[in-house]
Amino acid sequence: MKEESLWYIFINASLINNFVLAYFLGICPFLGVSGKLETATKMGGAVTFVMLISSVCAYGINAFLIAVGAPFLQLISFIVVIASTVQLVEMFVRKMSPALFRALGIFLPLITTNCAILGLALFQTQKGYGMVESLVYALGAGAGFTLALVLIAGLRERLDFAEVPGVVKGTALTLLIAGILSLSFMGFAGLGG
Amino acid sequence: MNKHTDKPGFFAALEDSPSADTFLRGLWKDNPVFVQVLGMCPVLAVTNTAENALAMGLATAFVLLMSNVLVSSLRHFIPKQVRIASYILIIATFVTITDYAIMAISVELHKSLGAFISLIVVNCLILSRAEAFASKNTIGNSVLDALGMGIGFTFALLCLGVVREVLGNGSVFGFGLFPDTFQEWIVMILPAGGFFTLAIWLLLFNILKQKRATT
Repeated sequence: MKEESLWYIFINASLINNFVLAYFLGICPFLGVSGKLETATKMGGAVTFVMLISSVCAYGINAFLIAVGAPFLQLISFIVVIASTVQLVEMFVRKMSPALFRALGIFLPLITTNCAILGLALFQTQKGYGMVESLVYALGAGAGFTLALVLIAGLRERLDFAEVPGVVKGTALTLLIAGILSLSFMGFAGLGG
Repeated sequence: MNKHTDKPGFFAALEDSPSADTFLRGLWKDNPVFVQVLGMCPVLAVTNTAENALAMGLATAFVLLMSNVLVSSLRHFIPKQVRIASYILIIATFVTITDYAIMAISVELHKSLGAFISLIVVNCLILSRAEAFASKNTIGNSVLDALGMGIGFTFALLCLGVVREVLGNGSVFGFGLFPDTFQEWIVMILPAGGFFTLAIWLLLFNILKQKRATT
């Protein structure tokens, strides 16, 4: 593995290879909760938090599984860790802010099946990142996810007032915007060296 | 109970029996991608060529079938509180099997699909079928449901994969279609192309639906 600076890892995960717009991870919440700016920001925060915790756990588990020689259990143990982290966040959010809990609705437990989080755990293992690198990678991925979610939520809030033909409304329109955003994110390629 | 009696011909005869309806629903009326908009991540990520799309569709259909069978046969034994966790474990087991099987069949294919085989675990489609259908129905019906949904999903993936490969690469399943002068639309293989292609398919479906509603 070639040595990568932490700054590069962060920029790479958040902008150049944005999880949503370049890797297509976490499309479900991206389409589902991006209707309102405020919900989108909080969803981004929740996902980033789960990412950070599960990234550290995934690093530990992977080291352990390799030590005991059972790499085929990787996927199963990752998903269990993520599911329990999400459960924790869910209880925390319900206690701290019932309004947010209602706004996120079904999408909160669905963070478990958010591919961005499992994808993060798998990618960091594939790339052979260490503890600190994994954490920075998770932070970058979370920031990138939040950025994409906030950008699209802002655009969709604006589009509520636009006159859009009936057939385009809904998912098709969101996907079109996402495509244009994805095009513009390609401009970040080559950033950070 | 049956509200499709106004449809004439072959399909009406089929839909009269509940199991045929279970199968057909996934193919068209409740198509997982175009109608339910589930399992979007692999739909966009691995459809840059028709071959990848087909492989991904089949792998997903296999996992869906196996997990539906197991969830359905265990439906009386799994306590309600831990059902989601149990479903995910079942799914993860079959995905691991699929992952290793694909690696054994073709290392090249495994490389081009990358982490997305493992990511079948978090495909909302599979979990939603386990929760919404297999946990409440008999094994036979669950198999039919899985087959319908699986084929519908594969069909949708192929729809995207073929369009993107033809426009972005000038070929279908690796066979060239156009003379050398054809200028490839590189953007179609890039991530942005995935979003655009899916958006246009959804648009077509919306238009179809609207036409059917007005006539």
